[in-house]
Amino acid sequence: MDMLEGGMLSTVFAAALAEPPPISSYGGPAWSPYLVGALVGLLTCASMPFAGKPIGASSAYATIAGLIGKAVARKPTERTKYYKEEPPKLDYSIYFIAATAVGAFLAAWHGGELTGRFLPEFWSDRFGEGASAHRALFALTGGILMALGARLAGGCTSGHGISGSLQLSLSSWLSLICFFIGGVVVAHLLYPGGVL
Amino acid sequence: MKSGTVKAIIFGLLFGFLLQKGGVGKLHLLIGALLLEDFTVLRVMLSAILVGMFGAMVLTRLGWAEYSIKPTRWRANIGGGLVFGAGFAFSGYCPGTGAAAIGQGNGDAWFMAIGMVVGSYIYALASRQLETHLKAAPADSRRIRLPDVFRLGPLPFAVLFAAALVGVLLLLDRFTV
Repeated sequence: MDMLEGGMLSTVFAAALAEPPPISSYGGPAWSPYLVGALVGLLTCASMPFAGKPIGASSAYATIAGLIGKAVARKPTERTKYYKEEPPKLDYSIYFIAATAVGAFLAAWHGGELTGRFLPEFWSDRFGEGASAHRALFALTGGILMALGARLAGGCTSGHGISGSLQLSLSSWLSLICFFIGGVVVAHLLYPGGVL
Repeated sequence: MKSGTVKAIIFGLLFGFLLQKGGVGKLHLLIGALLLEDFTVLRVMLSAILVGMFGAMVLTRLGWAEYSIKPTRWRANIGGGLVFGAGFAFSGYCPGTGAAAIGQGNGDAWFMAIGMVVGSYIYALASRQLETHLKAAPADSRRIRLPDVFRLGPLPFAVLFAAALVGVLLLLDRFTV
């Protein structure tokens, strides 16, 4: 009897370790996603007359790369086709992306959702606290691929995915659909059986 | 400070605030979206498109704003889109939501940002070769909008498209958590 109970207990314990908490336990959005979406839609529209341009994120990273490139190797940087057409300077896109991070900080602070850790708990529960290198390599690789893809396609999930798609641009809808096709396929290859 | 800078800061602050409140700076919701296990990201995006579509239509009709449509380049949009998607799956964060993730304190998102900077520079170095092959075609580099593709007037198209978007949102609400 004792042995049976002990056996059952250890089985339950092992199962609890093998099965990380479900996705819902890591928290959903603080506000309704419909409300947030509607407000993002209005903000993007407002940006068109007031800032004279819709919202976009990816070009800021290219501008930062160009500024660093110019400081390190001026000639080779200025000779590239891309930076001839888009001379890197401290412009709208950089202030915008920096303010995006600050805005998110304020929202997280306001909602008590500041994380302040390298690995999201969701990741460390599945791959261990020591999985920082794994995560960093994935994020870095993803960043490089996203930059190549966004520059080729002409925008990212903000510029094409929201701004362009709500203007019903064909290039944006083509790109957005391909973002998701590529993302869904590769995510299933990276996490067979899911991680959630 | 220049007025453009002030506007960039105001719009950026609001954008980042909303992204964080929408939960799309959270890694599990982003990877969950690509694994088709969580639909928060899709709900945010489709609602933004639904509302913004009518907003942009009104503003352009009033003459207060102009559409800024990027040229359609099939190979670049599709090829670049798929590469971006693959990167999105690796990173979990995309360029905008990653900035929001950095702001809310996710250290790993900095590596996405470094990758974006490195990748952008690699692209610039290869831009002449890449763009000659993939962005050359002038014939299809027109600024095309979906109503043109479907040969419908702007308003009838918007109404039909809105109905489709609402349909998808209702289905999501019915069949997913």
